[in-house]
Amino acid sequence: MSELVSPPSGLSGVPLAIGPLTRKDFVSDAEVRWCPGCGDYAVLAAFQGLLPELGVRRENTVIVSGIGCSSRFPYYLDTYGMHSIHGRAPAIATGIAMTRPDLSVWVVTGDGDALSIGGNHLIHALRRNVNITIMLFNNRIYGLTKGQYSPTSERGKVTKSSPVGSVDAPFNPISLALGAEATFVARTVDSHRAHLNEVLTAAVNHRGASLVEIYQNCPIFNDDAFAGLKAADGGLINLRHGEPVTFGPDNSMGVIRRPDGTLATAPVAEVGIGQVIVHDAHAADPQLAFALSRLTDSGGLTLAPVGIFRDVEAPSYDDLARAQLTAVPKPKARLADLQRLITGEETWTA
Amino acid sequence: MQLTGDRFTHDAAAAGNDFSTLPNFPAEIRAPVGTLAGVSSFQLQFAAHHVHTPGDQVDVLVAMNPAALKANIADLRSGGVLIVDNADFTARNLAKVGYTEDPLTDGSLNAIQVHAFDLSSLAVGAVAELGLNRREALRTKNMFALGLLDWLYTRPEAITLNFLERKFADRPALLAANVAAVKAGYAFGETSELFHHRYVVPPAPIKAGTYRRVSGNLALAYGLLAGAAKAGLQLFLGAYPITPASDVLHHLARLKSSGVLTFQAEDEIAAVGAAVGASFAGQLGVTATSGPGMALKAETIGLAVMLELPLIVCDIQRAGPSTGMPTKTEQGDLNQALFGRPGEAPLPVIAAQSPADCFAAAYEAARIAIEFRTPVILLSDGFLANSSEPWQVPQLSELPEIHPNFATEPNRPDGRYWPYLRDERLARSWAIPGTPGLEHRVGGLEKADGSGGISYDPANHEAMTRLRQAKLERVIEFVPDLPVDDPDGSAELLVLGWGSTYGPIQAAARQVREAGHAVAIAGLRHLNPLPANLGEVLRRYRKVIVPELNLGQLTMLLRARYLVDVTSYTKVAGLPLSQAELAADLISIIKEDLR
Repeated sequence: MSELVSPPSGLSGVPLAIGPLTRKDFVSDAEVRWCPGCGDYAVLAAFQGLLPELGVRRENTVIVSGIGCSSRFPYYLDTYGMHSIHGRAPAIATGIAMTRPDLSVWVVTGDGDALSIGGNHLIHALRRNVNITIMLFNNRIYGLTKGQYSPTSERGKVTKSSPVGSVDAPFNPISLALGAEATFVARTVDSHRAHLNEVLTAAVNHRGASLVEIYQNCPIFNDDAFAGLKAADGGLINLRHGEPVTFGPDNSMGVIRRPDGTLATAPVAEVGIGQVIVHDAHAADPQLAFALSRLTDSGGLTLAPVGIFRDVEAPSYDDLARAQLTAVPKPKARLADLQRLITGEETWTA
Repeated sequence: MQLTGDRFTHDAAAAGNDFSTLPNFPAEIRAPVGTLAGVSSFQLQFAAHHVHTPGDQVDVLVAMNPAALKANIADLRSGGVLIVDNADFTARNLAKVGYTEDPLTDGSLNAIQVHAFDLSSLAVGAVAELGLNRREALRTKNMFALGLLDWLYTRPEAITLNFLERKFADRPALLAANVAAVKAGYAFGETSELFHHRYVVPPAPIKAGTYRRVSGNLALAYGLLAGAAKAGLQLFLGAYPITPASDVLHHLARLKSSGVLTFQAEDEIAAVGAAVGASFAGQLGVTATSGPGMALKAETIGLAVMLELPLIVCDIQRAGPSTGMPTKTEQGDLNQALFGRPGEAPLPVIAAQSPADCFAAAYEAARIAIEFRTPVILLSDGFLANSSEPWQVPQLSELPEIHPNFATEPNRPDGRYWPYLRDERLARSWAIPGTPGLEHRVGGLEKADGSGGISYDPANHEAMTRLRQAKLERVIEFVPDLPVDDPDGSAELLVLGWGSTYGPIQAAARQVREAGHAVAIAGLRHLNPLPANLGEVLRRYRKVIVPELNLGQLTMLLRARYLVDVTSYTKVAGLPLSQAELAADLISIIKEDLR
């Protein structure tokens, strides 16, 4: 009979905090400098509240960011952190995660940072399944450079760099991550603190790469980009594992499968709750999760699933890489081993 | 053919000769057999005196088919010996490589001693009884050739036979066949009466000690390992496959028990990024690449300058620009290494001088990177990477210690930790994640001196820019004065090289001196900071020649830095400097310019 073993957590191997930690322990003395009303404040507050609850040591938490408004994030947290260069945070975090299994490694990035200049690193960190948690702040605009359209801006976006409307087709970050076969893919919203908390907690506990897209409002260059979703009767489709996918006022709408296999929305009263698909975040096959991700509007947002699209177990890259290594001997024995190695087998004496 | 060359080199080593090798692979992985593009060659120089290069022209050429002959015949000196397998000299094969007449019979090889015979059939005949298929039997012709060379140079067969026993320990049929082929080749030399002379090359006068043969890329990998081990850090190599640097990744990827972790990244930028991450995490981050990869890594190297973290960037240079000639050597990246980053971003640059020197250069790079908390660029090139020479195996216990000196305590009276407080070398404090109470943030934005906080203050930026330069200059502590080889002090001409040109420069100097002229030579290993005595050395000579495999990058630097009218001597053919050509040019300079 095989023993039941709980899957390794994303935090396995990270030393536990000795005493209780509070939000205050994680607040650095740097002055927060985002614009008034920026969605980043809400995420920061939620995150500062979340970290002490994880129960791991503050000094074993590392936050790496790239460039952009959201990438200022590490400065405001009293952990180890690196504000690196544009797009490269997932690569840097990979080096940290590979060499230090005792660290909880987070990446903070934005839509331009992660999906444009750093797109390559993002997809490869995801497909390798490096044990890191990526928070992708998606405000669908370049904020720090003062308002150019981004790789998630809707087509036709009028900005300084697209005065008569952008002609780029936008990325759907969830579809992209699922295409890379990421093992944990979720979406949440800056102003929904409880949901944000729940999703990030699940993400950091997932062993492997976790991508959390956070819809984040930029009040200066793209205000109310998510207003259509946030309205009371808006189109946020709340995904919950094991439950029928319903949304709208009184959950009156549901997601159904069309005869051709694609997904669509329909009034539950018309189709019957039995026709509404039941969400399975743990399905090994990402097809249904991908289909759900396609329900997201690519234009002005009126409909978007949020929650955990996919959460499956798979070996993490850094665990596999370390498992190939034999334990490094004590310094003296290590030098003796190395002396044998460099001397080699075919020597001669002069 | 690479294996044959490899084994013949071991025979030279066992005989106590000094040697230098140059393997030459086709750029195409499986270029069609019998075409010029498909020729793989192995050049070896061995001698009873010091050898600094694989040589320009060879005394003996072994050619296994028309393509091999055509591709290499120009490298055989007049009067040299050609051993050629004529089995494949058919009209069709000759035409394939552009011969209209058979060169073995048309008189074009009259100036050389040609020994043409059906080597293939002799080898196949020697193994006929051993049950090999035709293809396997034909492959033993390389071992037949090796046996013949062993006879020609009076080498004991035992070394090769012992090697074959190890290599084919669990494949008795192949062992028997290869042994038979070696012995048949040896016996053929003895009985065929084709050769009138045998040669004996006595041992070279080399320093007593234990030696092994090493290529530049292997020595470089070992130097990195030694640096990390002495510092007590894990070695982390982030790399993206690129010729001619990939062997550094290959060598280190094999070692799963030596405190090294390798990461084959998605691109050059991720490779260096992950290395920076590993260094931030408290290990020794390294990346290895060639020129095109260096260009991609430039921004991240600049980040490491700003973060003041250890990082070693190995640039195994190749002929550029762009994709250039990936399998050919060049020294075109000096300016890129010194200056190729946005802003004022000074960092130490070290260039290895020979294949074996790659070990010491890599070790020095590790020591400087760790103790000064700085990225270091280590320059090698395609020639050093693949060439090999004897290496006196160093005793790791005798290498200088490397101290990471991680911070473990707050360093401010108020109990805070400031990551940019510096020691007397101007190296900043280095606290690694997991250290309680020293949590801090670093980044690419300008730092406030000391605290490391973000600062846009004009005076601070001015101070920090000068501080980073001053820190580089403190590295001079690790840079020995430039030694000059000027035997009787009478030379008026100094030949100053850097990196791999020092081998051919030494060889050329030998020829110049043998011709009765005085010449002084020196080779720079440290390109930044430059040795403290360099200005004085340059002014000591009437004329200074600076040979480089580029269009004069070091020359420009020396003229700018020292206001000395040095003369540039440049080659960009994708090949190492020719010692004979350099020697002839130096002699004519001495005769004409320095009369």
